[in-house]
Amino acid sequence: MKHLITSAAVAALAFASVGTGFAQDATKGIEEYRKMLEDGNPAELFEMKGEELWKQKRGPKQASLEKCDLGKGPGVVKGAFVELPRYFADTGRVQDLESRLVTCMGTLQGFNEEEIKKTPFGRGEMANVTALATWIATASRGMRFNLPTAHPEERRFYELGKRAFFYRAGPHDFSCAACHAQENIRIRLQDLPNLTKNPGDGVGFAAWPAYRVSNGQMWSMQLRLNDCYRQQRFPYPGFASDVTIALGSYMGINAKGAASIAPAIKR
Amino acid sequence: MADPMRIRAQVTGDKATVRVLMSHEMETGQRKDSAGKTIPAWFIQEVTVAHNGKNVLTAQWGPAVSKNPFMQCVVKGAKAGDKIAVTWVDNKGDKRTDEATVS
Repeated sequence: MKHLITSAAVAALAFASVGTGFAQDATKGIEEYRKMLEDGNPAELFEMKGEELWKQKRGPKQASLEKCDLGKGPGVVKGAFVELPRYFADTGRVQDLESRLVTCMGTLQGFNEEEIKKTPFGRGEMANVTALATWIATASRGMRFNLPTAHPEERRFYELGKRAFFYRAGPHDFSCAACHAQENIRIRLQDLPNLTKNPGDGVGFAAWPAYRVSNGQMWSMQLRLNDCYRQQRFPYPGFASDVTIALGSYMGINAKGAASIAPAIKR
Repeated sequence: MADPMRIRAQVTGDKATVRVLMSHEMETGQRKDSAGKTIPAWFIQEVTVAHNGKNVLTAQWGPAVSKNPFMQCVVKGAKAGDKIAVTWVDNKGDKRTDEATVS
């Protein structure tokens, strides 16, 4: 009898190890798939479009965005992405890349900023904002995140973001932290990065904007956060609203030192 | 008008590897929109690659090819400075040609 019990236990153990082995193989499989796709990342198409949009004279004022200040002086694109969100004195606000682009499209090109913010993702001028963000992120590829924290507003947004990150609500009593505050967990086959600290190079905040192969869409950080809230069954956050920018500040400051691989490719 | 393609052509030995990203919706004709109406098929039907004006590849594509497709091929005898031109034609008769220089 005793012998029987031990063999059963051994069988259970063997089964358990087969189970985790499968999960590891599957995540490895996804990584291989991503590697294969990297060479032909369609994000490059959006990048090309973004570069063109930056230089093109557009909008009611028929101006280009080449004088847009992304935080490193007018027209400086390289390195801007890894230092956003940050405080901008001209608007008196902490802004992320996309909200800053909308500001520039308003002030330099004469577009209606509120109108752009209300446009659904992937449509009209919103699609152009995403393409521009993709190109600007590419210019900082391989550089390390180093968000400024000298201004009190930047520190306030970090604290706001932290609160929003741990704020539990909705019909499922969820928070961002429910999925993103532990190591080595996943949803189906997607690894979930721990965003309460630096999750490493090219993970989490350092991987977006990214091209989603499954739906053929280019996803910016604003859309990523919008969908995170949908998955939590929260109401949709407004585009470039304080909560989305604060979460950007929180994740960005936590990711200090992580190398950006944006634009990445996702399943 | 269709968005431009991204073409890269790099020499390795006596061959050049050509990598092409095309910007296209590639609708299968099987999907329905939010109103329940079928979205009409719209996909690339023919792809041709020309090396210095001479056709080196013709491919017939269908609705099974993904959105924003990627294609790779090897052109024998291509040298740095040669021209590689890629053309696609879709089922609506739309076409686009882009050219790149082998490096």
